[in-house]
Amino acid sequence: MHDVKKMDYPIAVRYASRNLWSGFLFGLGLIAFIDEAVFHQLLHWHHFYDKATTNIGLVSDGFFHAFSWFATIGSLFLVADLRRRNTWYVKRWFGGVLTGAGLFQLYDGTIQHKLWKLHQIRYDVDILPYDVAWNITAFCMLLSGLLLLIRTRPKRIKEDG
Amino acid sequence: MHDSLSIVAQLLLLLPFVLACFMYMIGVIYSARRQRRWSILRTCSWSAGCMLAGIAVAGPLAVLAQHSFFFHMLGHLLVGMLAPLLMVLGAPLTLLLRALPVYYARRVSWLLRSRPFSLFTDPAFATVLNIGGLWILYTTGFYEAMHQSLLLHIFIHLHVFIAGYLFTASMVYIDPTPHRAGYRYRASILLAALAGHAILAKYLYANPPAQVSTSEAEAGSMLMYYGGDFIDAVLIFLVCLHWFKAARPHSQQAGHPITQLDQ
Repeated sequence: MHDVKKMDYPIAVRYASRNLWSGFLFGLGLIAFIDEAVFHQLLHWHHFYDKATTNIGLVSDGFFHAFSWFATIGSLFLVADLRRRNTWYVKRWFGGVLTGAGLFQLYDGTIQHKLWKLHQIRYDVDILPYDVAWNITAFCMLLSGLLLLIRTRPKRIKEDG
Repeated sequence: MHDSLSIVAQLLLLLPFVLACFMYMIGVIYSARRQRRWSILRTCSWSAGCMLAGIAVAGPLAVLAQHSFFFHMLGHLLVGMLAPLLMVLGAPLTLLLRALPVYYARRVSWLLRSRPFSLFTDPAFATVLNIGGLWILYTTGFYEAMHQSLLLHIFIHLHVFIAGYLFTASMVYIDPTPHRAGYRYRASILLAALAGHAILAKYLYANPPAQVSTSEAEAGSMLMYYGGDFIDAVLIFLVCLHWFKAARPHSQQAGHPITQLDQ
């Protein structure tokens, strides 16, 4: 980890948004990967296709699937780019990861599961506790991510100097 | 033709890939004669691509694909995605330019710069040809008709390969590409193409083509979805890697923090 205080500030400020977006994209890809690996493949809680799936849900799922693949790989190349420029600010990057992961999980839990009925977390059980746990986790990730982003915003880096 | 794939169709489809492999080897020999040794990795990649495409269009897998949607999909992944990727990595045009005498090499590069060629290598055009073709094949009567007509069978398989090759070559620049699209444009089109492929895969899960049973459609659709993911990940990786190399900071001194960037 590079200590941001040792970097000269214009660079930390200039690359603040790239750190944020790289983390955000990685968080998005990470949560999509966990969803696929844990809930689809290991637990078999999620279904590949649900009879209730609407066309709009199918389209949104397809785009998110493609986007999460791209985000995972692309964001890691962005990290490599930040590192070779000596401008990787891990704290801000993690702020981005948590925000991206939280936002995606919240979107998945509310819009994809409920509004478009793409799939549910589990089947043949009382779904409410699962939905509540899912969305509260998402909310906590989002909140802590945003908090980290506020603490590491460029203005603050300058003031701390 | 209805019951099993005729030997004529198998041979006709196998021929281009055998020829492609043969011509490439001649190119390798000619390039070496000009004191320019050709990469063994590229040679292996091209031959492997030709072989996989050949396996998919002729032989036991091709016959199985006539009866089973799952094996049909396996063939589709080989002919339309994996073989084109491996063959693009073989850099055939670079080899051609090296092996030809200067006069003919200039003619070829003139052709590569021409307008019609720029259309073929446009990512959007290649995507419509590739993903659009698949949607038409599986959501209309084409899939069923393909099993009745020898001509249609050959046409569709060649189309799937050529469209797959153009698509891969329009995304990942291995060979000389005079009309280059930017990274953002390529990334957005690639994203749309991946989404189009994933949506079609899930759509087929619930809406099997004519004469395909539900269980076969489910197995084939999941193979299309996850198999596609695997090859798409390689494509994304290559596009990102090329961006990473192109975006190298120029003022970087080894071991020193950079003070002047982007200017």
